[in-house]
Amino acid sequence: MAVQIAAASRSGLRSALPLLAPAYLWLTVAIFLPLSAMVFFSFMTDLPRSGKPWAFTLENYAAFFSQSLYLTLLVASLRLGLEVTLWCIVIGYPAAYVLAKVLKGRSREAIFLLVILPFWSNGLVRIFSWAMVLREGGILDTALNAVLPFKINIDLMYSYPAVIIGLVHSYVPYMVLTCYLTLQAIDDSLIEAGRSLGASRLQVLKRVIIPLSMPGLVAGAVLIFVPVVGSFMEPRILGGRTGTFYGTVIEDQFVAVFNWPLGAALSFILLAVVLVILAVTSPVLRRAA
Amino acid sequence: MRMPKLTAFLTATAVFASALTLAARADEVHVLNWKGYGADEPWAIAAFEKATGNKVVNDFFNSEQEMLTKLRTNPGLYDVVMINAAFNDQAMAEKLIQPIDTSKLPNYADISKDKAGSSMLVHDGKVYGVPWVWGLTALAINDKSFDKPPTSIAEMWDPAHKGRVTIRDDAVEAVQFGAIATGQNINDVKDMEAVKAKLTSLMPQIKTFWSSENDWNQMVASNQIDIGTYWSGSADRAKTHFKLPVSLVIPQEGAVAWLDAFSIPVGSKNVAGAEAFINYMIDPKFYVEWVTKVGAPVSANTKAVEALPESSFNRKVMGDPAVAKRIQFQAPITDAQRETYLALWQQLKVDVK
Repeated sequence: MAVQIAAASRSGLRSALPLLAPAYLWLTVAIFLPLSAMVFFSFMTDLPRSGKPWAFTLENYAAFFSQSLYLTLLVASLRLGLEVTLWCIVIGYPAAYVLAKVLKGRSREAIFLLVILPFWSNGLVRIFSWAMVLREGGILDTALNAVLPFKINIDLMYSYPAVIIGLVHSYVPYMVLTCYLTLQAIDDSLIEAGRSLGASRLQVLKRVIIPLSMPGLVAGAVLIFVPVVGSFMEPRILGGRTGTFYGTVIEDQFVAVFNWPLGAALSFILLAVVLVILAVTSPVLRRAA
Repeated sequence: MRMPKLTAFLTATAVFASALTLAARADEVHVLNWKGYGADEPWAIAAFEKATGNKVVNDFFNSEQEMLTKLRTNPGLYDVVMINAAFNDQAMAEKLIQPIDTSKLPNYADISKDKAGSSMLVHDGKVYGVPWVWGLTALAINDKSFDKPPTSIAEMWDPAHKGRVTIRDDAVEAVQFGAIATGQNINDVKDMEAVKAKLTSLMPQIKTFWSSENDWNQMVASNQIDIGTYWSGSADRAKTHFKLPVSLVIPQEGAVAWLDAFSIPVGSKNVAGAEAFINYMIDPKFYVEWVTKVGAPVSANTKAVEALPESSFNRKVMGDPAVAKRIQFQAPITDAQRETYLALWQQLKVDVK
């Protein structure tokens, strides 16, 4: 019996191979090869093509531990990732709920379009438009002062809140989309049953809706947290003098000082830290999901 | 066993990648320079193409390191590259650039002798860089914020400008600026601690770090800054071309001077076209048009500077012997120095968080 199943699954794999091949070939060429080259670089003293002699070393990884600034920045980046993820949940989850359970037909399509619209524009363009909105004398400042009876001064540009706003705006669609999918799959009769058995709206939310939509929340959170921790464009443009993060330091190594080995080593340390965080939290998340 | 395989694999990838990028045609001149820095002016390209029949293809970099990276990773792609003289040595040592036959450049004879003979550009009697323009990294002010232009570098530390100061996000520039503020030689910083302390006290004043001309000009246009470090040619361009309220200030403490030169990369497929382009770039006719239409640093060609009106900034102020005494020309920087500067600069940026 067991042998039969094993044989069946093997033949299933064989017939699936032509379907899997393009994806795996693409992953090998586009992700695995460059990434292995980067692993290789991260253990080198210098790039072979820079014309200087090079050797293998662990120094690039040691640099992370010998200077406190990398750790400080890594912690700052992890905090940024957590804050952005949290705001995405606060903003994205209710929006997804309304889309999945309240709106129907045309209005749902219209709102859906608005949610994914940011995806269709270039990331750099979005960030620069935020720069116009957030600065002193910018759109937000002028608009609020035109409406409010008293004078307020809004200059969010080049600050930590500006970075959060820019990143949340870029990533909130992920949260809406993943939560929408799981919320939509919840059978309305479950909610009705809960209500008819005397549960309040809040209890239904806590006991039925949130637990059933947890997989979407977790998927969205992971999709957002990981890229935000390594983000560099938004902090650099919107953060001003407080915009130095782990990602911007890695970018400097590649673009400004041509120290690819150190940049690669810093990137893999980030990857390792993110993987450890996901591994540690995964039992908790799986239980919740 | 594994090692040669990996090296072979890396080389293969590199060869494949460069084969893809090497679609350069022989009559094309591929130019690598800062964006908006003379060589990509549409009127200049049109005039050059009409005169010589070569087609100009521009590519840009955002930092000297990026320029070197592009030369290293695209051998044979570029025909002309603009290199700050302080980096010429390194580019030559890495065999990225080749000697230039100056007899093919009629305008070379008019380049001022001290610049043409600079030890940064001439190695073993061979010319590796043709001086193009020179300028200053000094201060520039937003005219709206000052009744009278300041004279001292200390203005940057004035509490009145808190949150309205900008400096470039560049370790070397920051350290050399700190050296001037503490009265030191920019090419031989003895008291690094003093520089660090001085820059640390500047950090709370700063609004943001700029990295391109565009950043600087936008911040002035939206009246977000009062004062900051800036390049002399860029300040001239901001005033002439973009009509912004910007004035250059050469503080009494001094300023950092740099010399930009054109070189021909090793493996250039159109050396003749490159020579013609460099000759055109140092031509007085091009220079005068560049200054009047757009704004530019000071030409290394003495005839080109003489062709400007006597009252022009590049002749009157930059040619002033009193200014010449205050400025310090940038010398090449070793990798070890660069790493020290970068470590200091990164630490400062983290401490301010």
